[in-house]
Amino acid sequence: MKILTQHIDVPGIETIDVYRKHGGYSAVEKAIKTMAPDEVTEEVKKSGLRGRGGAGFPVGMKWSFLAKPEGVPRYLVCNADESEPGTFKDHYLMMKSPHTLIEGMIVSSYALGANTSYIYVRGELMYVINILEKAIQEAYDKGLLGKNILGSGYDLDLFVQPGGGAYICGEETALLESLEGKRGNPRNKPPFPAVKGLYQCPTVVNNVESIAATSWIVNNGGEEYAKIGVGRSAGTKLISVSGHVRKPGVYEIPLGITVEDFIYSDEWCGGIRDGHKLKAVVAGGSSVPILPAELILKTTNGENRLMTYESLSDGGFATGTMLGSGGFIVMDETTCIVHNTLTFARFYHHESCGQCSPCREGTGWMDKVIHRIEHGKGRMEDIDLLVDVAKKIEGNTICPLGDAAAWPVAAAIRHFRDEFEWHVKHPEEATKPGAVFMREGASWTL
Amino acid sequence: MKVTIDNITIEVEPGTTIMQAARQIGAHVAPPAMCYYEPLKGSGGKCRACLVKVTAGSEKDPRPMPKLVPSCITQVQDGMIVENTTNPQVLDARKGVVEFLLLNHPLDCPVCDQAGECHLQDFAFEHGVSKTRTIEERNTFETQDLGPYIQLNMNRCVLCYRCVYTADQVTEGRVHGVMHRGDHAEISTYIEKAIDNDFSGNVIDVCPVGALTDKTYRFKNRVWFTKPVDAHCDCGKCSGKVTLWYRGDEVIRVTARKNEWGEVQDFICNTCRFERKKTSDWTIEGPMKVARHSVISANKYGASSIKPAFPLKQAAEQYKQIDDNRDRSFLEPQKQLK
Repeated sequence: MKILTQHIDVPGIETIDVYRKHGGYSAVEKAIKTMAPDEVTEEVKKSGLRGRGGAGFPVGMKWSFLAKPEGVPRYLVCNADESEPGTFKDHYLMMKSPHTLIEGMIVSSYALGANTSYIYVRGELMYVINILEKAIQEAYDKGLLGKNILGSGYDLDLFVQPGGGAYICGEETALLESLEGKRGNPRNKPPFPAVKGLYQCPTVVNNVESIAATSWIVNNGGEEYAKIGVGRSAGTKLISVSGHVRKPGVYEIPLGITVEDFIYSDEWCGGIRDGHKLKAVVAGGSSVPILPAELILKTTNGENRLMTYESLSDGGFATGTMLGSGGFIVMDETTCIVHNTLTFARFYHHESCGQCSPCREGTGWMDKVIHRIEHGKGRMEDIDLLVDVAKKIEGNTICPLGDAAAWPVAAAIRHFRDEFEWHVKHPEEATKPGAVFMREGASWTL
Repeated sequence: MKVTIDNITIEVEPGTTIMQAARQIGAHVAPPAMCYYEPLKGSGGKCRACLVKVTAGSEKDPRPMPKLVPSCITQVQDGMIVENTTNPQVLDARKGVVEFLLLNHPLDCPVCDQAGECHLQDFAFEHGVSKTRTIEERNTFETQDLGPYIQLNMNRCVLCYRCVYTADQVTEGRVHGVMHRGDHAEISTYIEKAIDNDFSGNVIDVCPVGALTDKTYRFKNRVWFTKPVDAHCDCGKCSGKVTLWYRGDEVIRVTARKNEWGEVQDFICNTCRFERKKTSDWTIEGPMKVARHSVISANKYGASSIKPAFPLKQAAEQYKQIDDNRDRSFLEPQKQLK
């Protein structure tokens, strides 16, 4: 079942004519000509679509929180900053089929009553910005954007704004600050963007994938969408797979397939590369907790873990993780978890905005300590120190970057403490190029 | 609206923050504040020193808030119950914040001009731990001159953004801000441009630590040896209400008047602050009201040889007539800066 990527391999799908030939922009016609804005919101609510950027907040509910005072403009902002390490699904969608996003933007803006909307794209993706600009121009030329869309009297202007490439600008309020031309520092909440967002006006910020899915929902109805998937995890999800699998790439999966299927079946990842075994998976972008092979495939109840919001977070952080943004990083037994954790810690150290003290100082501290351990200068007490520092950052910061920095470190120690200890105890061995600790009796030990 | 903080209930106006309500109760309940500064619009929420636990959101919705909240920017709801120093989770988080703030701090208190009136010292003394757990090398920065009067020692900075808001709101033209990210973020002026403004000196007063210091006072004295005296003058540019800091009969420093929470009442101009350093420039009002626990009070209440009346007497005998109808309104809770 494919919704977003159904026609993605059709040659020329990035042009409006080919896109329309494959049923494109029918949702715009249906919504604007036959539905009231509230009816569109209602369909999205019924669909059970949840935010695809990482937090998984129901999109319809987010829309219904939007304040609608008289005479104040409302904005829809598409978060295409996508800078989470391991996540490259939005990038792929926008690059291959820009009109999928633009169609969703028109439908969503119509539902929210926004007359100006923005797509905030990460600065590194300049060529994607060019693709989007070109597609938007085509839509303007066909009367799908601009004044009086399809003769309905509804006006919409759509702009693409390149960011500066900062990870923090993917946080919605930092994104809004950046969009306003300021330094991308997250705002204190409340007020939430739904009340005071862009230029202090009510604003909805949604991920690319969430917005793109709305046009299918308008075309086929929310109930149809809710039938795909399992329970509260409705619909399909783009998963970007990287790491030691046979076929890394972007896959659109119906939520609810098992993780085992996803990794090993030929339809998706095709299994671990030859001669190697699965060691660990980071299931939803670098900030979610890493899980060792036995826990990612099965929950502690012995049930198969499914690719759903609920199943992946089963067991809390003690034995579970999160679906997150869908950045699925697979590691085989050649991966050193300490080294991997250092890579993540270094990233968050570099990307912390520096506004609030726990994140500003804590990310740097964790980076330095893990760096020492990785380079053979660790002390046994450093391991507990890391756990404590992570605990003191988590939940005490302005925005979720603090949590995102703390979780991977805490989880790596929770599940791979022996590996950290090995680095401390055997610094000479551990610092040899390619040296990896092999846990005795583990499923990935060769 | 009724709010209960550390088992003490108080009636406050709607729109009051937890911090303001706690301050109305008194200093023993007020959470520490490193970045929040009531006269500066938009300040607060950054240092996380004032995190508190809300155990009941309101009368209507008595659920506890899931995370600790910054008390300086969280508004009270009717029936809210807040735990400040009575909650171990809060105290643990504050220990963490002290540790984070001191992580890259040079701890050069023995030679720091701010020592004795430093909010970080107070905060660390109250909430910190005595042992350091870090062995990492500290991040260091070069000292920078921001114009002829102000020096920036970025090593000591806790990035509270108070000076940024001051430069934004009190002075014209925005040349002062934060550059870079994370723990390499630094306060700076636009391409090393000097802050050239009549009110720029106020950034020294708002700085909670010794990052921004008065070059006319640098290394001249220790604050506990000085005697603060309220004084005023007819200044065309500002209110002219200041505090003079005496060592003997010499004015070694001029600052704006601060309230109990260390917040400036009236921002003063650079002429008053840096140029008028003779007693004859001022009309002396009397000794500054200093909290008894302050290190400065050692000179006023502690030693029997130095009585609180000393500056008054000195001024009466030697200088202009004393105006004792002082405006005491600055001791009251403050209004937002217009």
